[in-house]
Amino acid sequence: MDKLLFGDNQFFGVNHMSEEKARAQSIKFQDLDAIISVLDAAYDEGVRTFMCTTHDRVGEIVEHMRQQPERYAEQVFYPCMPYAHKYANAMTEDGMVGAIKRFLPDGGLLDAAFKGGMSVAKKDIEGITTLLIDAEMKMFAGMKTPVIFLQNVVVDLLLGLGFDEAFRIFADHVRSKYNAEPGFITMNLPMLLERLAKVGVKNPVVCSNINKVGFRMSGGGVDAYEEALRTHNFDAIAMSVFASGAIPPREAIEWVSKVPNLKSIVFGASSRANIRNTKELVDEYFGA
Amino acid sequence: MVGLGKMGLSHYSMINAHPNAEVVAVCDSNAYLLGVMNRYTGVQTFSDLSKMIAAAELDAVIISTPSVLHASMVRTALEAGLHVFCEKPFSLDPAVSRELTESAQAKGLVTQVGYHYRFVGAFKEVKRLLDLNAIGTVSHVIAEAYGPVVLKPKGGTWRSKKSEGGGSLYDYAAHPIDLINWYLGVPSEARGSVLGHVFSKETDDEVFSTLLWPDSRTAHLSVSWSDPSERKMSTKITVFGSNGRIHADRQECQTYISDASSAPEGYGEGWNARYTTDLTDEVYFYVRGEEYSAQLDAFVKRIEASEVEGQNSFASATGADIVLDMILRDSQRDYADASTAPSAPAVAERQGLFRRRKGV
Repeated sequence: MDKLLFGDNQFFGVNHMSEEKARAQSIKFQDLDAIISVLDAAYDEGVRTFMCTTHDRVGEIVEHMRQQPERYAEQVFYPCMPYAHKYANAMTEDGMVGAIKRFLPDGGLLDAAFKGGMSVAKKDIEGITTLLIDAEMKMFAGMKTPVIFLQNVVVDLLLGLGFDEAFRIFADHVRSKYNAEPGFITMNLPMLLERLAKVGVKNPVVCSNINKVGFRMSGGGVDAYEEALRTHNFDAIAMSVFASGAIPPREAIEWVSKVPNLKSIVFGASSRANIRNTKELVDEYFGA
Repeated sequence: MVGLGKMGLSHYSMINAHPNAEVVAVCDSNAYLLGVMNRYTGVQTFSDLSKMIAAAELDAVIISTPSVLHASMVRTALEAGLHVFCEKPFSLDPAVSRELTESAQAKGLVTQVGYHYRFVGAFKEVKRLLDLNAIGTVSHVIAEAYGPVVLKPKGGTWRSKKSEGGGSLYDYAAHPIDLINWYLGVPSEARGSVLGHVFSKETDDEVFSTLLWPDSRTAHLSVSWSDPSERKMSTKITVFGSNGRIHADRQECQTYISDASSAPEGYGEGWNARYTTDLTDEVYFYVRGEEYSAQLDAFVKRIEASEVEGQNSFASATGADIVLDMILRDSQRDYADASTAPSAPAVAERQGLFRRRKGV
């Protein structure tokens, strides 16, 4: 795993600091060319893993790269599924069952499952889950996807519900069908690590907020997170290292470089200059 | 847990993760969903609220059902002596809201309605600044909410059915209205209210209204749930005062102060920006925004402390129901005959009923 991974929030109008800034970014990245040119800059600066949501536009980006295998020979994707708003909006329109149906290649499976009423068969749930994963993975066919993530909204929802078995189903399917490591994004790192251990998901990749000011580090803040990093076996990725711009870059990277057992950092940037600056800081503090 | 829709499931997740709370039973009309939950989490499941209350040992219920069901379910829960958290809007009839509020108060039960924006750091900052008189005498508020709920003519859930308490008035406008009530108190009148249609035939997709207070303060409400440009619901508040202006959304609070001689600590002349990263307290568990966890945490803490009055109690949420009703009636008012004084409620009611009959 590379020390530095490239995220995609900036391309899709996600900004935790400002709605104005989010809209400005949406306008800037309206054209696919604008996104591609930033990704090209990242690639050329040596940041070659794109950690991306399974957004329709990511499908277009992947297709662009698929057409030029030589240009993007070392490009790696870490897909993060699902694109949650797609499901949330579908749920508002069609209800939960309707939403799941909409994204399943074969609605018949769910209909069959429904006829069972209360007598839920575990294989039905496994079947539906794995079909949903496959549907999300379609856009990455033929590309390198060594880690596949479940998005935080889903991870944390399931975590609260106590639906821990779903993590095992996800991990097993990702490992067996895609020969990839299962990844989990969470805002509740300590609690998730306990539960993953409980259902036997070994050595997972886990991405969570890790930053100097403790921004969105739920379940105990910096101390609890450092304790979790010291005591659990997992590959840790830090996100929101700059806390959406609340921490100056050098200070943020210097601090995070001292966090124990951190494997990697995911960050977003909209320009070559920012990518280069971040890469240089990471090389300086983590060692090139 | 009563109702396992979009809000119900997320409440379930957050309250179940709370260190001092445990979900022991769930109630929903979808047998398959109940089966899945029981199979994978072991929770007791019911398809009938009264049976659940009788069988499970409960301290409190969280009700996240279609709005039209809130009142009767809240009544059932209160009669059983349970503390109640209910999704917004509280009830569709202010008289019923008052009755339920009194009933809960008489029994000393803790009540709360899901107006989560009062737990958003930036909107809390607006309240703090207004209480400190930071922008002087307030003259006007613009309250907006836009989002992508209904973007095509056909929709299948209760949210698009007027009879179920659907529509952008109850689903979206309730939130900015509740913030307005928090900041300025409940207005005395609504004028020029329009419940507009973009896609929905049965119910409203847009709400526009002017709200008035006896001391001549005013507010404009502008709401649409058929805005494709937003990724999710976006709520904005702008407050104009004699000493400046505040603009806030979920992420930041921007304040302009003319004369800073008595400005709050850390605030100076001109623009002041405060961001969510500074204004947000860490929560015990995070699923989809700190405010959702924080409101449930507040509910648990109020039950533990037997605090009957508190943020978003039934009494407070009744204020939103009053304004929702005010806007609904005003939208049905016959402005062709508007030379008379502003409508007395009785007149508005008669016209409202007449209009509805005609529409049937």
